Amino acid sequence: MKEISCKLLIIGAGPGGYICAIRAGQLGIDTVIVEAVKPGGTCLNVGCIPSKAMIHAADEYLKVSEMASGTSPLGISLSGPALDLARTVAWKDRIVGRLTTGVAGLLKKAKVKSVQGWARFRDGKTVEVDTETGLQVIRAETIVIATGSVPVELPFLPFGGSVISSTGALALKQVPQALAVVGGGYIGLELGTAFAKLGAKVTVVEALPRILPQYDAELTRPVAKRLEALGVKVLTGAKAKGLSAKGDALLVEAADGSEQKIAADKVLVTVGRKPLVEGWGLEEIDLDRDGRFIRIDEQCRTSMRGIYAIGDVTGEPMLAHRAMAQGEMVAEIVAGHKRSWDKRSIPAVCFTDPEVVTAGLSPEEAKALGIEIKSSSFPFSANGRAMTLLGEDGFVRIVARADNHLVLGIQAVGTGVSELSSAFSLAIEMGARLEDIAGTIHAHPTQSEAFLEAALRTLGHALHI
Amino acid sequence: MGEHVIKLPDVGEGVAEAELVEWHVKIGDLVREDAVIAAVMTDKATVEIPSPVDGEIIWLGAEIGETVAVGSPIVRIKIAGDGPAETVAEAAPAEPKSEARQPAPAAVEAAPAPAKKAEPAAALKPVPRATTLGLPRPEGERPLASPAVRLRAKEAGIDLRQIPGTGPAGRVTHEDLDGFAARGAAVPVAGLQAKTGVEEIKVIGLRRRIAEKMALAKSRIPHITYVEEVDVTALEELRAKLNATKKPDRPKLTLLPFLMRALVKAVAEQPQLNAIYDDDAGIIHRHAGVHIGMAAQTPGGLMVPVVKHAEARDLWDCAVEVNRLAEAAKAGTATREELTGSTITITSLGAMGGVATTPVINYPEVAIVGVNKIMIRPMWDGSQFVPRKMMNLSSSFDHRVIDGWDAAVFVQRLKALLEAPAMIFVEG
Repeated sequence: MKEISCKLLIIGAGPGGYICAIRAGQLGIDTVIVEAVKPGGTCLNVGCIPSKAMIHAADEYLKVSEMASGTSPLGISLSGPALDLARTVAWKDRIVGRLTTGVAGLLKKAKVKSVQGWARFRDGKTVEVDTETGLQVIRAETIVIATGSVPVELPFLPFGGSVISSTGALALKQVPQALAVVGGGYIGLELGTAFAKLGAKVTVVEALPRILPQYDAELTRPVAKRLEALGVKVLTGAKAKGLSAKGDALLVEAADGSEQKIAADKVLVTVGRKPLVEGWGLEEIDLDRDGRFIRIDEQCRTSMRGIYAIGDVTGEPMLAHRAMAQGEMVAEIVAGHKRSWDKRSIPAVCFTDPEVVTAGLSPEEAKALGIEIKSSSFPFSANGRAMTLLGEDGFVRIVARADNHLVLGIQAVGTGVSELSSAFSLAIEMGARLEDIAGTIHAHPTQSEAFLEAALRTLGHALHI
Repeated sequence: MGEHVIKLPDVGEGVAEAELVEWHVKIGDLVREDAVIAAVMTDKATVEIPSPVDGEIIWLGAEIGETVAVGSPIVRIKIAGDGPAETVAEAAPAEPKSEARQPAPAAVEAAPAPAKKAEPAAALKPVPRATTLGLPRPEGERPLASPAVRLRAKEAGIDLRQIPGTGPAGRVTHEDLDGFAARGAAVPVAGLQAKTGVEEIKVIGLRRRIAEKMALAKSRIPHITYVEEVDVTALEELRAKLNATKKPDRPKLTLLPFLMRALVKAVAEQPQLNAIYDDDAGIIHRHAGVHIGMAAQTPGGLMVPVVKHAEARDLWDCAVEVNRLAEAAKAGTATREELTGSTITITSLGAMGGVATTPVINYPEVAIVGVNKIMIRPMWDGSQFVPRKMMNLSSSFDHRVIDGWDAAVFVQRLKALLEAPAMIFVEG
């Protein structure tokens, strides 16, 4: 049994953990990071990055398919497009490989020691890791828990065989003929849309009355419209019951109570993610919990001195960039800097078709806080650049305080709007007022002009509508 | 772009100048219409000067503590929009808010209405509101600041909530942070520390006026102070009964209205005590009306609002007026008229009244009655000790014009009235 000691030990090399490690290394802290699989965590390996690669491939395939069918308004035609999913997946895997190797390199450059294996708490200062070469005991002054989250499994649809999680969906070697997606949240819709574009017959089963239930109906309407155009069948208010006896169909209780059988050679279950709080000895240190999550304060400190937690294991929103910001902050706190969580905006992007971006408060959230608001939106149908991209669906919406015009929230739905998330978040984080956005020159011709116009419209003097 | 000059408005009848006691703005500040930009003080009342326009402060015409003549420019504001290039007008002073509520007993001469010649401000209304400003952040909300400012504050150990933001919507800017840091936010140090700092506090405004008046009173008037105890058991019983059976719209009676009525009775017999002694001219002005000043502690300092014509007010009317003036003084809305013109003064520290005090006469009056705390004390009734509610009166007189004998007779008269309160209300 080998023993090492260090100042800072990080458990989990996902986006939160590896950022924390790199920053700690830069600050000269003697840092060790433990990862059971590959650096990059869910995000790089089986989440954000590979799914976006597949979504892009699907978009491209759909475009050429439309051109081949002669329906492209651009006047481009071609013949015989074909898809080799195995090669697509291999391309995606190369991207993932480059990124995970890159992260490993960055960790090395920051002089962070990486240990591969499954970590387990022995006590509040000691962790043992099952490595290929035997048990490694690591003693650390400070430990950061960054174990992340895992997909939620349904007891009547356990993963295995034709039932797959998002991880399985990203590794399929061929496009399923019929794909049933259980759960109409962002993960299910992103992947479901991609497979529909690749040629699968997709059915989405959502228990709530609407898809993307965390967003308001106005925001999700363009997504629902597009799903319909892509031939995706959406069953809302419907409950998945299990696989048929033969295993070739999903049994569903529809909104009207009737039993339905949805033929499916693959059933993708995306009913959410849960914090990974099992299997690494949480019971040994008995940290306070916040529901399923580990309770943290505004410096990501847990209930035990010297133990921090960051990322999905600490709560919603389970987003990589939240984990990264927490990781960076914790590294600086460990280095003795004075920092605490003071973020006003954690933007969220949903890579459906079209994309959905939210930052700050929605109109309903702001009203629920008792704030008197002004809110207005500007449609992409009045934006020149959106027209040239065949992306006229959607809008940018701004929520501001009625009294001093402080921007409280910005939402958008539309083609490629994910890239506007930085402008939205910056505006909120800087404490922008409507007049600040209205007074900023937005380049023409870009979709960002809709942001400017939404601010102007909220002020009552939009120019292009 | 135009410029607007605010001149010191006429802040009260016969006032030619006022002391600037507070700036609410500094150069470079953006102000909204109606926002208070300065406070000036006349003899006793503080008057706030609002901005009649939206704009940016570009010049301040006086230092705090400086006396400014009515009509002289005090602020220049750069105004946005296509208003007249050069607008010069007077700001309207904030109107005294208590005017409408002032009761007018028959004998009281109508108080002169506050001057309203500063109306031209209304003519400026068409100036468009500047929209480059945001209202400041409401109380209790998270401070608004860019991440860079937040980081700097955190590293410097400064709580952003302590810093008033001057940016749009009350945003805390780097400059705000610099200013706060320069003023030196005290960093708490553990343990006992020797302290060497000396803070200089300019004695201005109300404090200066109190200081001057006290010095004048004590340097010119040879005080004689006479302390006597008064058995207020019967008075307190009467007061409790009146309060228990009073009509709901009537105020709760304190001891003060009773004392006022007793004072009216006592000075009717000794008019030399209800007087103003003009010592420069060598003339005593004996007043027919009894205008009782009531010294009151306010957040701003000692103020003496005046119950005018107490002789024409019954007990309840006195109580109503006392309450009204006390509120106005506390809220800072008492007008100059309400704070001047007393002929005799009562001073009371209520529950803090102590056993005896040496009141300072409200110059140029000749008598002041100080009320001490009511305490239950054992009193000898000729055969045994009985618990009685006892209160001392500590009264000072101007010994130049009031002899000790007269002072004693006056206080004994007050004592007799208060100990048999029915006598207060018997006419003739």
